[in-house]
Amino acid sequence: MEFLDIFLLEAVLNGVLLGGLLALLALGLNLVFGVIDVVWICYAELIMVGMYCIWFLYAKLGVPLAIAMPAGIVAVGALGAAMHHFVIRPVLAAEPINQLLVTGGVLFFLQAAATVAFGVEFRNIGVRLPSLAMGEMSFSVARIVAFGVAIAAIAATYLFLSRTFIGTAIRAISQDRTIMPLMGVNPSRIYLMTSAMGGALAGLASCLLVLQYDVHPAIGLSFGPITFMICVLGGLGNLIGGFVAAFVFAQFISVGGFFFQLEWGYVIAFAFFIVVMFWKPEGLLARRR
Amino acid sequence: MRTVNLRIVALVLLALLAAAPAAGLGNYTLHLMVMALLWGFIYTSWSIMGRLGMVSFGHGAFLGIGAYGVVMMWNLWGVSPWIGLVVSLAVTLAVALMIGWPCFRFRIVGHYFALVTLALSEVVRLVIVGLRDHTGGSLGVTPKGALTDGASMSLAAMQFSSKVVWFYLMLACWLAALYIWHRVDRSMQRMALEAISEDEDAAASVGIDVSRTKLGITLLSAAMTCVGGALYAQYQLYVNPETVSGIGISLQMVFGVIAGGMFVMLGPTVGAVFLLLLSEGLRVLVGNEIHGVDTTVYGLMLILFIIYMPKGILGKVVERFGARAPGG
Repeated sequence: MEFLDIFLLEAVLNGVLLGGLLALLALGLNLVFGVIDVVWICYAELIMVGMYCIWFLYAKLGVPLAIAMPAGIVAVGALGAAMHHFVIRPVLAAEPINQLLVTGGVLFFLQAAATVAFGVEFRNIGVRLPSLAMGEMSFSVARIVAFGVAIAAIAATYLFLSRTFIGTAIRAISQDRTIMPLMGVNPSRIYLMTSAMGGALAGLASCLLVLQYDVHPAIGLSFGPITFMICVLGGLGNLIGGFVAAFVFAQFISVGGFFFQLEWGYVIAFAFFIVVMFWKPEGLLARRR
Repeated sequence: MRTVNLRIVALVLLALLAAAPAAGLGNYTLHLMVMALLWGFIYTSWSIMGRLGMVSFGHGAFLGIGAYGVVMMWNLWGVSPWIGLVVSLAVTLAVALMIGWPCFRFRIVGHYFALVTLALSEVVRLVIVGLRDHTGGSLGVTPKGALTDGASMSLAAMQFSSKVVWFYLMLACWLAALYIWHRVDRSMQRMALEAISEDEDAAASVGIDVSRTKLGITLLSAAMTCVGGALYAQYQLYVNPETVSGIGISLQMVFGVIAGGMFVMLGPTVGAVFLLLLSEGLRVLVGNEIHGVDTTVYGLMLILFIIYMPKGILGKVVERFGARAPGG
């Protein structure tokens, strides 16, 4: 029974809760990659922008959260569409590595612009949800809410992609981008919509993160790398693979952090990622072609 | 005729550069030149592999190993940075081999190579932060001072108070990097690697050992970057995990090279000078009160560069005037 420590169980369950959130982060990035074939290195910075939006509206202007959060989602969705229009579209025909780099430029830009606008201080919205005690274990309500909302959003995205006409068009484009224009689908419209959707998912993630973490300009750096690793591990563009990989990664971080320190949890997760890349370069669940 | 002229021009410029410290420049100007040479050296090291289709986002790892390896061995065990550098180089080569060999063996290229190397540089950053009891974590660390009793330099500790010494040291490293770049440019490996970056299968079919050729260049580039990290630490006498490893610095290296021009010998150096002047210029212009203005402009310029000038400043100039750049 010593191995099945109650605190270890708590770490595992917290890992599951974290996994839901990471799965949501990976979903937006994966969706964009699957359709447009561009990795948004700056994805976590979009989340940071959303967090600042909510913080500014709620803590500075006194707008209620029920309005501030949807506004944040819309703002980041618009930012995603704008980024596609102004930054990605001109390099769509360029080499893939240039596409990767240009979003890296957006990363620097957003991070620095946030510093100019809000300074380097840590900001929080001052809403602290209570902890829920279960026996000797305790779980933060914010995490449980995040998990629930993330899973619901993932399910909704899945239904949207599989049941609606536009969702079908999006999936079709990601399978064959040369033939779809011949079928009367306008790819640039689909790209724009996908980018807006990817942005909106980032906005949703920012609503959940702002309840748990303070926002500061460099916060993207703590979520960004882990999000790409999850997407690559699951097979870039494979939504289900990303979902599974998020839970695997979250366990490494949570349980690794339980035995050692948080950084070591990340180190183990990244090392695991590198090893898996050698073993299965296409990701754990390779994208079906 | 033309090459002879170019060579003379280059030598004259080099002589002028070498004589610069004697011209009574202020400490600040000298500092800028030292930094430009240092980053020129590091960017050139990166470009040796980057230009051949291996875009690494993981050079922050090698920079971090060089910087922290030297400082930690000096602080904890009093090992001279010169010996520390040799040990760091050995570690760097081992890490580069550990990552490079499977990557090339299993054909991890493009996006995937970039992201695997990015993970590597994050691992190094997190290990440095995680060992905070020894490394000082995110607060960074300062090598123990060796310049007691008003001594101006300590060769054993690789600490020099005079910027002129650093200037010549960096100049030598930078020239060595350019020479290596030139040698690689003229070598069979480069032909082989260009063939590889076009089409790996075709290259393999004409008898090129793809993994081995790539690995050789990677080890060279990693080792040079490690030296750059050690020099940075000893010159600044302060290292911080964020400034020597992780995603930020790794991306900055790539951008510096892209901005200057990846396919021209002096391109990375032009990129280094450009980024340095940009950040210093904006700092002077905007002042220190508002943080982040320089990086905002910098990010914006990078976006514009990649969209409108993917060959970089020098690449564009060379293209415009149709001149054959030395070795280019």
